[in-house]
Amino acid sequence: MTTPAPPRPARLVDHFQYGLDAPICLTWELTYACNLSCVHCLSSSGRRDPHELSTDECKAVIDELARMQVFYVNIGGGEPTVRPDFWELVDYATAHRVGVKFSTNGVRITPEAARRLAASDYVDVQLSLDGATAEVNDAVRGRGSYDTALRAMVNLRAAGFRGFKISVVATRHNICQLDEFKAIADRYGAQLRLTRLRPSGRGADVWDELHPTAAQQRQLYDWLSAHGEDVLTGDSFFHLSAYGGALPGLNLCGAGRVVCLIDPVGDVYACPFAIHDTFKAGNVRDEGGFTRVWRESDLFTDLRRPQTGGACTSCSAYDSCRGGCMAAKFFTGLPLDGPDPECVQGHGERALADPDRTVPAQGQDHSHRGRKPVFVSIGGRPDDSRTPPVSPCEEHPLAGFRPAELP
Amino acid sequence: MPSFDMAGTWTLHPQVAVRPEPFGALLYHFGTRRLSFLKDLRLLAAVRLLTDEPSAADACRTAGIHDHELARYRAALETLATSHMIVRRTPPRPGEAP
Repeated sequence: MTTPAPPRPARLVDHFQYGLDAPICLTWELTYACNLSCVHCLSSSGRRDPHELSTDECKAVIDELARMQVFYVNIGGGEPTVRPDFWELVDYATAHRVGVKFSTNGVRITPEAARRLAASDYVDVQLSLDGATAEVNDAVRGRGSYDTALRAMVNLRAAGFRGFKISVVATRHNICQLDEFKAIADRYGAQLRLTRLRPSGRGADVWDELHPTAAQQRQLYDWLSAHGEDVLTGDSFFHLSAYGGALPGLNLCGAGRVVCLIDPVGDVYACPFAIHDTFKAGNVRDEGGFTRVWRESDLFTDLRRPQTGGACTSCSAYDSCRGGCMAAKFFTGLPLDGPDPECVQGHGERALADPDRTVPAQGQDHSHRGRKPVFVSIGGRPDDSRTPPVSPCEEHPLAGFRPAELP
Repeated sequence: MPSFDMAGTWTLHPQVAVRPEPFGALLYHFGTRRLSFLKDLRLLAAVRLLTDEPSAADACRTAGIHDHELARYRAALETLATSHMIVRRTPPRPGEAP
């Protein structure tokens, strides 16, 4: 038991738990369109949605973010650079002093685009790479995607862009390559960023095979602890702080409190890993716009209330891991007030073994439809199908008449 | 031992944006792309006064920080200087309008 603390300024995390007037950082997926079909895509991207926000609607959102003093947005997708107005929106945001960090697979990072990016202080680039070798990367991100990413890095380095990010989703197959990833980042003057594989979107289909083993989680924690602030994590791995010391970062779930997601059609979700009606707070097209969703929506108000640790409350590690990731629990069918599926104490594994566990369906799917060839045979119809069978009620004088075959 | 020069003239880095919050403020540096937190309203006041006061120590005093608290605030200012959130500025020459 702890005694009630004397009245004194609350810790920073306490302020964050109860939400801020504006997000610290916001993820904005500009489009569901993507040239790739990564097996773990959080947003099940592939095809553009016909209801995606127009250029003017996007600019109105940027105006709001500027008014709310959101320092920067993390733009993603889909592949955001395939939107024809992508650069226009980046310029509009930076002109309004809303910085842009955008995630890309590199497909549009030509030498010219790289020079343009290097010239701006308000734009940062995050290149996705999920293997330090083409073999490991392309198994997840698709054939040729390693070369595309490397070519983009070459272009950024040649343009003098220092400190762009290389963003890696940590999986069972690449945790053994952490040093190699770091070497790639160093070679290109970039900074390495590691994030957690989430069972969201198409990630739900591959999570069982790709999420790190318990031993790998420990390895990852030790590696991250050794590298400190050199390696970014986007606060992904706060559930690992139950191993001991906290990793750099805020170490809390910021969903609806300090972060949120705007999806391509303007829906606002509590976090980028929770595209599901359960976590939808509203839409930027609603009256009052994004500001009202952020400040007044029922869902976000609810998330900002003190949370109960449920089954985790009695655990000695609860103060550091705070029950882990809400989205990871939800999409593996675990109760939100119970352990994270990757709980380092092993409570998640036991919860996953529950035979009554049901995994919820994903919220939406914009995946490319199967591109397997469809075989059709083209040829003349058999003779007897040339005219339909004649009904006994047929009144047409020529019913059943078959002209003789011409020679 | 902090080496921050309290007698020197300082200012917010021109690429730093300040967002007031109930607990203090959020600081974001567009050049280094780093976020910092000012967890204290008087520290925020002192940081904002840096540009107009003749020294960092004066900025702290005007912000209502008492002499016995200066060491703690000096350490906070040093952290901000190390992350380039605040930088030295050239003081106006004697006779020049401030």
